[in-house]
Amino acid sequence: MSDIASSSFVRQDLLTERPAPVKTTGFVGLMRTRLFNSPTNILLTILGALLLWFTIVPSVKFLMVDAVWSGKDRAACLTENAGFAVGACWPYIQAKLPQLIYGFYPEAERWRVNLTFILAVVLLVPLLVPRLPAKGLNASLFFVAFPVVAFFLLHGGGIKGFGLSWTAGLLELFDDSIIGAGQALLGLSKTSAVGPLLWVVGNFVVLVGAAIHWLILPLTLLRDQLQGVGLSVWADFAVTAVIVSLIAFWLGGGSRTGWRALASSIVAFVAIAAVIKLMGLDTGGLPVVTTNLWGGLLVTLVVSVTGIVTSLPIGIALALGRRSTIPLIRIFSIAFIEFWRGVPLITVLFFATYMLPLFLPGNFTVDGLVRALIGIALFTGAYQAENVRGGLAAIQRGQGEAAAALGLSWWKTTSLIVLPQALRHVIPNLVNSFISLFKDTSLVSIVALFDLLGSLRASFSDPKWSTPSTAFTGFAFAGIIYFIFCFGMSRYSLFVEHRLNAHRRN
Amino acid sequence: MSTEARKPPPQIALKIRRILGGKAGWNGVAVQFAFAAILGWIGYEIVSNARTNLENQHIAAGFGFLRNNAGFDVNQTLIPYTGSDTFLRVFVVGLLNTLVVSVVGIFFATLIGFIVALCRLSPNWLLSRVGEIYVEIIRNLPLLFQILFWYLAVLAALPNPRQSISLLGIAFLSNRGLVIPSLIGGNGLEPFLAVLALGIVAALALRFYARRALFQQGQVIRIWPYVLGLLVGLPLATMLVAGLPFTFELPQLKGFNFAGGSRIIPEFVALTLALSTYTAAFIAEIVRAGILSVHKGQMEAGSSLGLSRGNTLRLIVVPQAMRVIVPPLTNQYLNLTKNSSLAVAIGYPDLVSVFAGTSLSQTGQAIEIIAMTMGIYLLISLLTSAIMSVYGWRVSRSLGA
Repeated sequence: MSDIASSSFVRQDLLTERPAPVKTTGFVGLMRTRLFNSPTNILLTILGALLLWFTIVPSVKFLMVDAVWSGKDRAACLTENAGFAVGACWPYIQAKLPQLIYGFYPEAERWRVNLTFILAVVLLVPLLVPRLPAKGLNASLFFVAFPVVAFFLLHGGGIKGFGLSWTAGLLELFDDSIIGAGQALLGLSKTSAVGPLLWVVGNFVVLVGAAIHWLILPLTLLRDQLQGVGLSVWADFAVTAVIVSLIAFWLGGGSRTGWRALASSIVAFVAIAAVIKLMGLDTGGLPVVTTNLWGGLLVTLVVSVTGIVTSLPIGIALALGRRSTIPLIRIFSIAFIEFWRGVPLITVLFFATYMLPLFLPGNFTVDGLVRALIGIALFTGAYQAENVRGGLAAIQRGQGEAAAALGLSWWKTTSLIVLPQALRHVIPNLVNSFISLFKDTSLVSIVALFDLLGSLRASFSDPKWSTPSTAFTGFAFAGIIYFIFCFGMSRYSLFVEHRLNAHRRN
Repeated sequence: MSTEARKPPPQIALKIRRILGGKAGWNGVAVQFAFAAILGWIGYEIVSNARTNLENQHIAAGFGFLRNNAGFDVNQTLIPYTGSDTFLRVFVVGLLNTLVVSVVGIFFATLIGFIVALCRLSPNWLLSRVGEIYVEIIRNLPLLFQILFWYLAVLAALPNPRQSISLLGIAFLSNRGLVIPSLIGGNGLEPFLAVLALGIVAALALRFYARRALFQQGQVIRIWPYVLGLLVGLPLATMLVAGLPFTFELPQLKGFNFAGGSRIIPEFVALTLALSTYTAAFIAEIVRAGILSVHKGQMEAGSSLGLSRGNTLRLIVVPQAMRVIVPPLTNQYLNLTKNSSLAVAIGYPDLVSVFAGTSLSQTGQAIEIIAMTMGIYLLISLLTSAIMSVYGWRVSRSLGA
């Protein structure tokens, strides 16, 4: 048997690949196959090139070539002084930059805004990178701790009490209102046709109010005791910490499995104490900067971040309510969602600005920014509810049934099995809603809040900088900022989508 | 011998429990009671607070203010309106202005959207990139930003009427708005309209007849020459007999402004431009997704049956794509209508601007006015979604059949 390898006619190794014909690859190939392969295509290519030529060239010329880069006032940006047809007037942006970013936030306090921005970035970036660990801790820091800290950083001021006094105050308010409603019913029963019925209901409501009063009596008494001693914040804090930790311990399973919950509760309270001490919240905190001084990018970011943080829980609650089998809750959720989705955001903002104050007790004024935030939270919450519902519908029934077979309650099934999977499904949709929320924040400028767009519009009326190109320069600058944020978010949503669908790709 | 399955016991208590409390049973009933109590409490608080607040501000609740004189002017009205008309008429004027800008915006948005979608789907590399850039830029900028850009930057930078930009000598664009020729009805108007209506009805009947012939006997009837005759030839013939239906009045520059023609206010131009270009970007994506959703095999199957490319597109691809396109497209139309409320930012007299803006600040009837404004938008969107669910039901039925 002869050895094949020894035969001189058999190749030992493969020939090297020849390069693809130059006509089919690279730029030449692109030109031949996608640009100039037929008369129609040649025509279309010329059309496209003309379109680009007439948009890109003037833009670049305006933004770069013909731009004025330095100057003190409008004189620098006038054609007669510059000696050429002036494009963008960048010194105007330089002069207005603080106003566009901080609004009228006092100059000495702007470090607080910067610190908040830095904190947000430091917390957000690790949350967005999927490979980094401790997503739960990171998310709770960003979504719960950060908003509170940011509030005290941006707004300033301190706290008078802590959890105990707040709870007691809230319960007292609730109880007073119930008793008030009961007495109003009793008053009506004297004149109404269904008097006896109203009398019975009214007495029942008053009775309930009295019962609640006795129930919360220990709490209010304790509160009054604590208000008496010095360092009332810290005393209140200690009591709240003990009570909450004990409840966490008990809910976590008592001495059998509750130690972990106890430890995390104690760690959380130590962290809260550190923050309170560091920011001096017990002694009055930072100087107060009222929200009518806020403006520019600061307001845009505050409104969008608050909207994102508050709309998600509202959306989840509404989505669960809409899928509930309990009739009243389902009907309420559907009506609520459809109502907010059916009206334009601007009417919601009008509602929040003009109608909401009428619904609140007279001695209770709500800040203009907070009113807009409430409107936006309700509006976005309804949209998020539909997104979340899509995710819930995508979870197979078997998941819930398996959980029920294991003996989990509805709450545990929902929070441990269904929601985590559903939310993971809809992250791209949620991010897309956040993009539209970010764009929609510009509407607050209509109800007299100065966000980025509102500040920009206000800066146009400054006679010091009024030139023919001022408006175009301002819009170019604000447009670039908006575009960077929205485009960044949309790319991130695409990235997450690809990652989620990795198993479907082939 | 057959044994029939026994009927299950009626279980009336179980059914009642199910109806009253859902799967959660009596717990659900309890939850509902608690929820109803909380809702009732919130409602009571709202009503009592609103009543005290209104009393303190000396505002009478109720819709009586609608009969009062408005006392302000509106710079674009479709129906006759003067400052001495009532607030109810202001409401109608605003609503009509909203509807006009929405309809015009929807028309242009659809047009631009389909063109951009065709650009993006085009095999030409450069053109599809141009479409993509358009969509990315427009979608990533806030709509209010775009409206203000057109209004404060572009339209304000236009020359004054004396140096206005002439569009073919019949329309003029200046910083005072767009001036176009106005139509003036002639004596031939009535017969012309009557014949046109007749032509449309006849053309529709012809189409119905042709389709029935196609589906029942497989007979292909070419109807387009007749339709053309009915829609174009017949009115033209009437025009020759009865005289011109319209005459055009061309705008003339006189002094510092135009005389004749009708002026479209710059707010309307800016709003329509911004709304239609913005919505067009979304429509383009919807159309593209719809056409790409039709499987490639459908096109190949059509051509293997011997249909021409145009016929394959018209009879096979587009009907299937429309099924995917129509629901989100309607959604975009609805969005455009709702977004037209941003007119308030530039002072175009739409519903929100004249009613929830000016009328509200004059009367202080916040609850009634905002409720009416929200109610109208809600009505429009509920009607649309009702029509869409009928459409969805028909589509699913035709698929099932």
